[in-house]
This record gives sequence, C-alpha cells and structure tokens, in this order.
Amino acid sequence: MADPDGQVIVGLEVHCQLDTKSKLFCGCSTDYRNDGPNTHVCPICLGLPGAMPALNRRAIEYAMKVAKALNCEILNESEFSRKNYFYPDLDKAYQITQYDKPLAEGGYLEIESDEGGERKIRLTRIHVEEDPGRLVHMGNVERGKYSLVDYNRAGIPLIEIVSEPDMRSPKEARKFLNKLRATLEYLNVFDSEKEGSIRVDANISITGSERVEVKNITSYKGVEKALTFEVTRQKNLIRRGQKIERETRHYLEARGVTQAGRSKEQEHDYRYFPEPDLRPLRVKSWLDNIVLPELPDARRERFMADYGCSLNHARTLTGELKLANFFEKVVASDKRGLSPLAATWIADTLIGELNYRDMNLDRIEPAAVTGLVLLLKAGTITDKSGVEVLRIMLDQQLKGEAAETPDAIVKRQNLAKTAGDTGAITAAIEEAINENPKALDDYRAGKSGAQNFLVGQVMKKTRGKADPAELNRLLTEALKRWEA
Amino acid sequence: MAGTITFEPEDRYNAFLTHGKNVSHGSGKLAGVAVAIKDNITTKDIETTCASKILKGYVPPYDAHVIGLLKAEGAAIVGKTNMDEFGMGSSTENSAFGPTLNPCDTSRVPGGSSGGSAAAVAAGMVRMALGSDTGGSIRCPASFCGIVGLKPSYGRVSRYGLIAYSNSLEQIGPLGKTTTDVSTLMSVIAGYDRHDTTSQNKPYNHTPDAKIKGLKIGIPQEYFGKGVDPQVGDVVKRAIGRLEELGATTVPCSIPSMEYALAAYYVTCTCEASSNLARFDGVRYGPAPDTKKPWHDAYTEVRSAAFGTEVRRRIMLGTFALSSGYYGKYYAKAQVARANVRADFNRIFKDVDVIAGPTMPTVAFRLKEKSDPLSMYLADILTVPANLAGIPAISVPCGKSEGMPVGLQIMGRMFEDERIVDVAYAYEQAVS
Repeated sequence: MADPDGQVIVGLEVHCQLDTKSKLFCGCSTDYRNDGPNTHVCPICLGLPGAMPALNRRAIEYAMKVAKALNCEILNESEFSRKNYFYPDLDKAYQITQYDKPLAEGGYLEIESDEGGERKIRLTRIHVEEDPGRLVHMGNVERGKYSLVDYNRAGIPLIEIVSEPDMRSPKEARKFLNKLRATLEYLNVFDSEKEGSIRVDANISITGSERVEVKNITSYKGVEKALTFEVTRQKNLIRRGQKIERETRHYLEARGVTQAGRSKEQEHDYRYFPEPDLRPLRVKSWLDNIVLPELPDARRERFMADYGCSLNHARTLTGELKLANFFEKVVASDKRGLSPLAATWIADTLIGELNYRDMNLDRIEPAAVTGLVLLLKAGTITDKSGVEVLRIMLDQQLKGEAAETPDAIVKRQNLAKTAGDTGAITAAIEEAINENPKALDDYRAGKSGAQNFLVGQVMKKTRGKADPAELNRLLTEALKRWEA
Repeated sequence: MAGTITFEPEDRYNAFLTHGKNVSHGSGKLAGVAVAIKDNITTKDIETTCASKILKGYVPPYDAHVIGLLKAEGAAIVGKTNMDEFGMGSSTENSAFGPTLNPCDTSRVPGGSSGGSAAAVAAGMVRMALGSDTGGSIRCPASFCGIVGLKPSYGRVSRYGLIAYSNSLEQIGPLGKTTTDVSTLMSVIAGYDRHDTTSQNKPYNHTPDAKIKGLKIGIPQEYFGKGVDPQVGDVVKRAIGRLEELGATTVPCSIPSMEYALAAYYVTCTCEASSNLARFDGVRYGPAPDTKKPWHDAYTEVRSAAFGTEVRRRIMLGTFALSSGYYGKYYAKAQVARANVRADFNRIFKDVDVIAGPTMPTVAFRLKEKSDPLSMYLADILTVPANLAGIPAISVPCGKSEGMPVGLQIMGRMFEDERIVDVAYAYEQAVS
C-alpha cells in the first residue's frame, strides 16, 4: 500500500574514476587538466577503425584493491562486454563495460546510521568500465548552434560500485558516499578533486510504491539534495492519491530539482554481448599481492585509542584522508599534550572557518595550527582570540598576503590574555556597569541573564583578551559591592 | 635497398581501389616484393575504405601491426585491394566501387570477400597479398582464382588495424601463387602483438616440407554431400588420391555440428558487425552529416545513404539478434553451436592429423548469378567451420571443373598451421 509516511529506501550506483596514469585500454595519459581538447587521444581511445583495446593492468589492480577493502568477492572469471548505444560523445558507439560477469560481487561498507552506531550497507557488485568523451555545447543544449566533442576523457578508467537498497534516508546516502570517498582516498586509487571523479545514479522508493532512478548526480552534496527533493515529491504525490511511476529522472544540479527523463518507449536496449577483442579476466590470484593500507574505520579506532579523540571527533577527522593526515601532523610534536585541543580546534573550528571561506585544507600549514594550539594550551590567548588568530591566518591566505605565525599575529594585534592585569578588567567592569544601569537593576532583581550580559560587554571592551574565569570572578566581586 | 619492385600496375580486373604513391621498400625477407593489401587493413597515409562509401576519404593516421611487419621486412605496399564492403560477401560484388572480375574468366566473380587481393595475385600484378578471412574470405577467392590462401589459426596473426567485421572469427592471412610464397608471407606477419590481446605468442618460422608419409587425413562426409557440386567433389577426391600416393592415409569422418554451423556463423558475425559498424556515423570520418539536423536524424541519414544493401541487412540482423529478449535465443545459442563445432573437430583430430575437402561447393559463379542473399550465404558452408573453431585452413589449387579452378581445403589442429602448409606444399610439388 502506498503510504506517504512509508520508509524511504535508497540504493546507489556510484561511478568513480580510478586515478591511474594511463587510460583503461591505451597508453594515453589521464592527466589532461592543463591541456587543450583532443590532445590526450590515440587510435584506440578515439575508436578509430581497426584499433583494439589492451587492458591496463594497473586499473584492474586498483579496482581489486577497492573490492578487497569493501569486502567483495573477486569472481574466478569476469569479462568485458559491449554496451551499445549511439551518442556523439561515444566514439565506438559502444562502451566497454562489464555486464553479467563483473570483477567483484557482494561486500559491504559500514556507515554511521541515522540512529547512531554503525550499519552495514551491502554491495551488489563492482565492475570496471571506460568513460566516454565529453560534449562541449556552444551555447546551451537546445538552442546552441553546435556542439564539439572532446575525447580526452574517452577511455578514462571507472569503477561502478552498486549498493543494495540498504540506505534509509538521503542523509544516509550522503554518509555512504562520504565513507566511500574516504575509503577510496585511503587506498590511494582515487582523486576526489579531479573534475568528474564521481558520478552517482540513485534509486529511491517509498515502501509500497514504485522506485525512481535519479541520474546525473555529480557531487556529494547533490546526492542528499536530489534525494531529499525526490522524497518530498514522491510523498506529496502519494498524499494526493497519485501513483509513483517507475521512471528515470535527471538531477539538475543548478536548480536542485529532478526532472522526468526519457519515457519507457525511448529507453535504450543496450544489446550487451561479450567484448570479443578482450579475453576473459582471471585475476583472483592477484589478491594475494594486494596489501591494504589502514582504512578509515581502523584509523578512527586508532585516533580514539592513541589520541584520546571522542568518537565524533575521530569520525570527522578520519572522514577525509587529508584531514586525518593534517591532524596527525599538527599534533606530531606532542601527541598526548596537543591532541584534545587540536581535535576540537580542527574538527569544530577550522573546518567551519574553511567551509565559510570555501577554502581547501591545503591552504593552511599544519605548523600554523600547531602554533595556535600551543598558544591556547599555554593560556596565552583566550578561545575567542584563538578564533580571531585563525581567521586572520586564513584571510591572509585567501588574499595572498604574507603569512604570519600565530605568535606574530598575537603580538601585532595585542591579543595576549590580560592575565594578572586585573586593572584593565576592573576598569572595563566599572565602565560596563555604569553604562548599563538597567542591567544592574535586573541583577538586583535577581534576573540571572544580567550577569551574562555584563560579561559580554566587558569582553567587548577588552577585545576578548580577558580570561573568562578571571573576568567572572572580578565581576561577581564588583556586583557584590554594588549590591551592598 | 635490395632489388626493384616488381609490380604490374595495369588493373584490368578492378582489383585495386587505391594504388600506393611513391612506393618504396626496404631490405629484408621481402625486399622489393610487391604486396597488395586488402582495403580493410589500415595503412598509414593510404586511404582505407573497406570498399564502403562511409569510409571514402578516410586516410588512417596509423599502420596495422601487420603493415609494420611487412615494411620492416622490406615489402613494397603497392596498393589497397577491392573487397565486399566490410568483408560482407563471397563475390566482391558488394563493393561500393564496382566488382572485381575473375582473371580466369572475366564473366565470373573472383570470390570474396578478399576478391581484389586474389585477383591481383592471379593476374600476376603482385606476387603476394594480404586478405582477411572471417568465414572463408581468403580461401574462397583463392579457390575461385586458382591461387593459394591461408587462414591462420585464430590468434596467430595480430588483428590490430584490421577493421573489424566479426572479431571473434576473423584473421588476417596471406595469399600467393605458391604455397612457398604464402608460407613466406605468413612467417612475416605471425606472432604476438601486445596491441591485440587475443594474439598468441606463436611465431611462424617454417619452411614448407613435402614429406607427408604416414599423414592421416580425415575426409568428412559433409564436405562431399548435399549442396556440393559433384564435379568439384570429384576433382578434390582425385587430389586427395594424389596425397595418398604420397604416403598419406585417409579416414572417413563426420562433423554433425555442421548442420548448425552456417546459422551459428551468420548470427555471430552479424551481431558483432552490428556493434563494430555502429561507429560509422559521419562524425569523425566519412561523409559529413547535416549538422543542422538533430544528431540522431543526421546519423540515420548518413548511415542509410553510405552503407550498401548487404551491410545494412547484416547490421539489422545483428541488431535484432542482440536485442533484449533475443540474446539467449540467438547469440548465446550460436556460441553453443560454435562450441559443438569445436568439439567435433577436437574429436576428429584425435584420430587424424588434418582434414581435407573442397574449399568451395562450386567453382566461381557468374557475376550477378547469386541475386538472393541466402544462396550467397550457402556458398560459405565449407569454409565457416574453420572460423567457428578457430583452426587453420588453407586452400590450394587442385585442378579444374568447367574450366575453372577448384580449391583443395586442408584444415589442421589449432596452431598447426605449419602442417597444413606442408600438405598443400606436398600436393603442389607432386602435381607441378
């Protein structure tokens, strides 16, 4: 029965670019970022008549690494197939992919479920395939005069990871994707910063209704957005007593909506058959030579054990390879001493400040954060000043100004805590009380918010340098005098 | 640089589509030897059309692996030869650029699809030529034109640069006036190529040896049965008699799976062809599509106009056979039939060294004689089993019927190309 409050069920098909040096079936370099269109091509990836694919061994090794890390079973024999369809970006008019004999089957990935705790998302399969080229539309698709084709991407190795419908919300889908990205990065087979490195098709249904496939999601955030849109759309339809059609929809990233795709009659029949130019793959024995590095879950446990991180901090810090490495560099000089402060400052503050500025972690040196954490640990500056120092450092980077050390910033801005300088604080307290007679009245009337308000005023006057504990002690004393 | 190029450029039989310009040659095993190349083998800087309008004007930027090998041995690539469009046919009548005529009788077809290569050799224009054999395309024209043609074991010659018609069936192979020439050319083109991962590391370094005493020859009854011209059968039987005189013994045998061989062949090759030929859409080469139209309309227009009737027929057959719900009924079944053919050969080859019979059920037929496609398909019945099984097969002239050449076909165990060359050579020596 269709029920608008039914359970949301999500399964994902994730295409990830394997970060090999050369393409899947030829020797062309995959690093075309700084080169013009159609410069990384040869007879093979252009699909010229007579050219034949020769499999890149490294791509299979990378895919097997992923399969092993995701607990999949490598098939004794797998094979490549042709997926036939016409499209101008597809030079051979077929894509070499894997169909009924994929490289690997089964497996799972653990994510943090919405209810907290870990949950296994089962995987169906992993297969290897080539990417088509790319169309560059002159103007927009409908009205542009013409389109150009760039085959630099043609033949880039991809893996498609297909999950079982085990996710229960758009948020879980996002978590699955983030965890998958982290795992691939840890394996050193994937560069999430490369254009087009990940592409997702999502299947979503609400119990009792047909499922809908959402195609063309190209970002991590996009998955959650697209699925959230779909949940709302489908639930509204059910509420209005309408039926969910089984269909393929496209996600329009710019507008954050999904749009109906081609109808059933226009659906492709891909006419799969085994690729006769490649021999079946029998690579299971390669597994013996594949050594996995430390993976996100193991690192998370280690961060908790070695650095005393909380589960949440450990999860955040190990959720991205670069972030985990960054953290370890920051605390390298004094693991136990620096970790508690560093974990909070990196996981809670730094990430937020970076996101706010749309900045990459690469833009800040671990040593700078170490310096900041040392100042905080020594009590030289207050937390509030710490945030200010961090902001100044990031803004300097953003504007391309010479980077100052945290020490230098504290000196230049005179941000050192006014510890022991009770005079300045006392003066500020007197001022604040005098300027805010209503607050004093409130205090006298026993309103608890009044003291906090005055703390804020004093902080403002001392530009955050006042040690909060000392300030509170002095303010309480002063108020007692006024009370008397 | 040794020797001069011996090449007769006058093309009375429309054997060539393109003549090489400024043909040069190097030194080596084939120094100065004029070699003609079937037009489905890619040649750098020489137009390569597969005798199709859809590739008119296409000048490849690279050489097929075998062309590189020929050049390395000093051969002179004198031109590209006519063929049935994309290899689809047994008469070279399906060329977009007019048929090739049989030098033995110009009212007859030279066979196909490597008809241009066979005619060029038969007419004495070149000493040897390369063809390709998907279901008999080297052996058929060799038989019809009275020359020698070898279809190597699958994997023995790199297919890199052979414009694919049916990848799992076809091989590039040599044609020549004599078994020795064919053997020499084979020694140049065979061997592993990392660009063709279906190729095998089995080089061919063989000098033909006429001693066949003690050889066991299997004679399959199907090769002398229904559909085979009795006169052709008689000529071939006499030739086998000569082999017995040389000390070989014959063993009757049967290939029951042949009942399904032709069907298995045509399903497999049309399926693969429908996919292989999908890339010819006018975007990268061939006649440019009308860019004002939506791309799918433009594709349809280009493909309808530029592919010949037989090519379109096979694309449609293959597209249908692969379509959803039919794969199991056709393609998968065809592969089972193929496995049965292979199993039959394996069984027979336990008892015999080679299998012999006619190459073609008839002598060369007349131009336009076979107007319905099915009767043309039936002409391949004796050649397709070797392609289905992947085994080597050679056709060597063994006499005449109606004044036209008849070919003796000898098939061997997988990778025993040398042995069938020896048998052909022994026959040739005995009758010369």
